[in-house]
Amino acid sequence: MKIHEYQARDLFRQYGIPVNDYKLVRTPEEARSASEGWKQVVVKAQVLTGGRGKAGGVKLADNALEVETKAAKILGMDIKGYTVEKILVCDAAPIAKEHYLGMVLDRSRQGITLMLTDQGGVDIEELAVKDPDAIHKMTLYPHLPIDEKALEAFLGKAIPGDSQRKQALDATEALFTLFLATDASLAEINPYALTPDGEMIALDGKMNFDDSALFKHPEIAALKNLEEDSADEFEAREKNLSFVSLDGDIGCVVNGAGLAMATLDLIKHYGGNPANFLDVGGSSNPQKVADALNIILRNPKVKAILINIFGGITRCDDIANGLLMAREQLDINVPMVIRLVGTNQKEGRAILESAGLKAGDDLDDAVKSVIAVAGGSA
Amino acid sequence: MSILIDENTRVIVQGATGRDGSFHLRSMKTDGTKIVAGVTPGKGGADVDGIPVFNSVAEAENAGDADASVIFVPAKFASEAMKEASDAGIPLIICITEGVPVLDMVEIYHLVRSRGQVLIGPNSPGLICPGKCKIGIMPASIHKPGKVGVISRSGTLTYEVVHALTQAGLGQSTCIGIGGDSIIGTGYLDLLERFEADEGTDAVVLIGEIGGDTEERAAEFIRASMLTPVVAFISGRSAPEGKRMGHAGAIISGGQGTAEAKVAAFKAVGVPVADTPNAIPALIANRRA
Repeated sequence: MKIHEYQARDLFRQYGIPVNDYKLVRTPEEARSASEGWKQVVVKAQVLTGGRGKAGGVKLADNALEVETKAAKILGMDIKGYTVEKILVCDAAPIAKEHYLGMVLDRSRQGITLMLTDQGGVDIEELAVKDPDAIHKMTLYPHLPIDEKALEAFLGKAIPGDSQRKQALDATEALFTLFLATDASLAEINPYALTPDGEMIALDGKMNFDDSALFKHPEIAALKNLEEDSADEFEAREKNLSFVSLDGDIGCVVNGAGLAMATLDLIKHYGGNPANFLDVGGSSNPQKVADALNIILRNPKVKAILINIFGGITRCDDIANGLLMAREQLDINVPMVIRLVGTNQKEGRAILESAGLKAGDDLDDAVKSVIAVAGGSA
Repeated sequence: MSILIDENTRVIVQGATGRDGSFHLRSMKTDGTKIVAGVTPGKGGADVDGIPVFNSVAEAENAGDADASVIFVPAKFASEAMKEASDAGIPLIICITEGVPVLDMVEIYHLVRSRGQVLIGPNSPGLICPGKCKIGIMPASIHKPGKVGVISRSGTLTYEVVHALTQAGLGQSTCIGIGGDSIIGTGYLDLLERFEADEGTDAVVLIGEIGGDTEERAAEFIRASMLTPVVAFISGRSAPEGKRMGHAGAIISGGQGTAEAKVAAFKAVGVPVADTPNAIPALIANRRA
């Protein structure tokens, strides 16, 4: 789960990481009054995607009137498919140097990798590709206390001043505490700025959380922003289906994520174009099949549907019953190609045949025929 | 021959009285697995299909002298269940449960490693040595005893591949689903090493997917340390960047973890990569010839 910058800032403050002053607003007038008394103001779009600055969603304003006009310009703006509805006004801090300080769950090191560079700012991703050695890395573990001496030496690689290093040490420890306390998967401060007065402060923040751990943290789950998922993706999650919208015309219902991905690949391989990824999961609930078809059929681009089930935990007879249920509940106005094998395959096919539906054996054949009925090339 | 399990492996089922646990306990027993005990806290003294149920893994271990424990408990309790199995000294722990918090897994990963135990999963379909022992949820009927080892991050895709192998007359020594999460107990490298050492395995199918860099590291390991022929398949070739495709680990981010990079890594070390699951048996036949 992702959160907005202002939500990350709230968490930073709560855990004692210094941030420059900020307020969340929804109108240009609010932006103006909220930033009263600040010499220079940063007006920032709050959207759940990176690259806001490059998209024109971050502007500097020198007076109250500018704050209002720039806020008006940013509100309603579309950034990578997200409409800006909230903006953050911040007391612009003078910057002597921009650092990047981040922590990310690292699957290849089986730990949390701490990253630091004194070349922070908007081009950090380019730096990571161009000059990965410029980003210092150190692995931390959730079950082990931080080795303060090692951490101080690590911070010294990018932060030479004693006072600044001490400030960064406190901030890093606070960020790690926050990371663990909320089951985060990513926490970034960028820029982590050094001011001309020698203060180290966070001027931006980003955090992602482990969806599987949200049950432990109702206060984090409550930060969920509905715009993170498309309406279809949201509904699918409510129904315990794993769904991702794609841009093709062949709807897919598959059991298991790996097989679902392989099915999409096969459709592409034979010249078709999938409309979605959908994993009905390992359950044997016929209603889930009906729910899945309901979501797929709402997409007007869908010209044909492929049902690909390899029964293991999932039983083919349950899937067959779900398909019949879907036919009763929904107006299925596109052709369906069904491939049904595995646990209770005989029973499942008998159910389908009694209703005049046929199911195939072979995956390649099923994919070729769904592409053909969708009007594709195979 | 096989790796990790065989016809003598004695198995405990954690979460034995639950809906999934009891169903699969029966199914594993039917498929010939030596199930020695079940565990459900508070249900000690009960039995499932004639298998005695205990309150804790330690009690079950005392009574059953187990070699392995398979976990079917809900996600909220799965971390504790893995720790309990580890504390009881079970050498092989298999976690079927999906949705275990990742930071919990980091801790458990290091705990079981430090104790020399083997953890498969979480979010794994388990493992099977056809005709001898099944610890997991896969349909035993599609398997056939033989000499091909199978390692995969997926569940149903593995069935698809195994089905294709069996149809082509290629039996399997051991098939293992390592799990689709980002932190898992055992990865490709450990298992490739075991297959390389196993006399009963003369070819290996590695089924990978987008996300992370374990396939790339597996390719390097194959180049440096394996004589047994390996054939690969990668799913997620058509996946868009930034969208998680079901598995917690299956995501392309920042240009990392793409299918192209993985396919290229295998091809560079002479490991053929199948375009479709059905193309795998022919590639194995070629490599063995």
